Amino acid sequence: MAVWEALVELADDHLVLGHRVSEWCGHAPMLEEDLAMPNMALDVIGTARTLYTRAGELEGKGRDEDAIAYLRNEREYRNCLLVERPNEDFAHTMLRQLYFAAFMKAFWDAALSSADDVVRGVAGKAGKEMAYHIRHAGEWVIRLGDGTEQSARRMRDAVEALSIYVDELFDSSDAAQAAEAAGVLPKRSEMRAAFDKVIGDVFSEALLELPAVPYGQRGGRSGQHGEGLGHMLAEMQSLHRAHPGAAW
Amino acid sequence: MYSQGLIGADGRTTESEEFLARFQARIDAEEKIEPTDAMPEGYRRTLVRQIGQHAHSEIVGMLPEGNWITRAPSLRRKAALLAKVQDEGGHGLYLYCAAETLGVSREEMTEELLTGKAKYSSIFNYPTLSWADIGIIGWLVDGAAIMNQIPLCRCSYGPYARAMIRVCKEESFHQRQGYELCMSLAFGTPEQKAMVQDALNRWWWPSIMMFGPHDADSQHSDQSMAWKIKRFSNDELRQKFIDATVPQAEYLGLTLPDPDLKWNEEKGGYDHGPIDWSEFWRVVKGQGPMARDRIKARKKAWDEGAWVREAALAHAEKRRARKMAAE
Repeated sequence: MAVWEALVELADDHLVLGHRVSEWCGHAPMLEEDLAMPNMALDVIGTARTLYTRAGELEGKGRDEDAIAYLRNEREYRNCLLVERPNEDFAHTMLRQLYFAAFMKAFWDAALSSADDVVRGVAGKAGKEMAYHIRHAGEWVIRLGDGTEQSARRMRDAVEALSIYVDELFDSSDAAQAAEAAGVLPKRSEMRAAFDKVIGDVFSEALLELPAVPYGQRGGRSGQHGEGLGHMLAEMQSLHRAHPGAAW
Repeated sequence: MYSQGLIGADGRTTESEEFLARFQARIDAEEKIEPTDAMPEGYRRTLVRQIGQHAHSEIVGMLPEGNWITRAPSLRRKAALLAKVQDEGGHGLYLYCAAETLGVSREEMTEELLTGKAKYSSIFNYPTLSWADIGIIGWLVDGAAIMNQIPLCRCSYGPYARAMIRVCKEESFHQRQGYELCMSLAFGTPEQKAMVQDALNRWWWPSIMMFGPHDADSQHSDQSMAWKIKRFSNDELRQKFIDATVPQAEYLGLTLPDPDLKWNEEKGGYDHGPIDWSEFWRVVKGQGPMARDRIKARKKAWDEGAWVREAALAHAEKRRARKMAAE
């Protein structure tokens, strides 16, 4: 497995999450969130674009960001399962964002010493973005967890539904291990303490229990996704694929 | 869109002649009217209506463009569209704040939008059927909006005028971005060119209707002109828009769907064919093809978000109580 494939995994995480978050645009609970959602989507899609481009360069077969994003099917996507989970409601969406950002903040901080110039550059920018995603999503998890009876119930449901996808974040695929050995990406397993600290602090203020996860679901890194991803990609790629070779 | 914001506006006012004369003198001296200044009730009411409708248009306008975010054909276009739709939401927020300086709350205005009491620009009641619609909206709809809004930067009401300066800068960027998108299609494959021609055919007439009825049929305009809420007539702005747009379409190699469109040497502008005002009034009165869907989508977002807003308030109240108890 090659380093560029590890960058595609990372880029897939960001693009798929960005797609999910962008689905809220114009449909959020309040105008401020109608502005915040596209902002967060733009951050992660921006990161995905740089990583796809870099992956294409390292691969050396002339694929650009769009060739990698639009011309692979769901079995070829390598994102973790967490990011493809459907929006469900605002509680699910904010918790998904918090879990992802809590992991990625630690990851990007560690990637500041990457052997790859582009990854280092992304790390500097994305680390700052993840810090505010933690703040934004974390504040919502607290408000909802310690809000009304209904919001607390929805928040607990979200924790129940999404926590089984957390462990996969800390796994390194063969490609990721190659990138780690080359000093391009940090070891994913080393992010646990920082992640637990962020989540522990938010959950304690949100009056949420850290769940016991009997079995962490895995499979995204080997293309074993949930059923929703195929629908997402069908939508995302439909126009691009309908006009092979066209420039946009 | 502002000319539509004045449709049905009630500028009647009951203040004394002396008060109105003093107010008019300030307007004539190009002084800005600020929120704490005395103003005729008709002036205030006209502005609340116009700024509110403008804000609603920005918010509802997020929907037709948002329809293509998940299908944008390249990541660059996806990012640009997300940023654009976010800008529109930002304009909405900005404008609601400007309207709030006149003593009406965002909640009241939202309520009026959702119950159909307040209107928004008729243009957003048309569907976005292809990717080319995103380019055409930027080029024509934002282009028409700019024609309307540049003069609003000099509107007599200070907060609205200042809001418009920023809004116009962003709209101008959107317009160029939309035109650039249309270029990519017009100079692309035959299928892409057909796509953008089809979009132009559908959006042209609704776009030129955005300027509102002909001057001869435009009620309430005189008072708005005198108060310098409005600075140019509907027909003047429409003419400027058409004159600017025709050469842009020619450059793209696209045909505007008006067989009567021709250069008039004498007036130094283009003549256009008759506008189907029955369609305009039908759409303004709520019978546009997407009218029900647009309000339904806004209402769904509002209703389904109620528990989130309630939770935020409940949490803030708990925090306040805990802080009080600790002091």
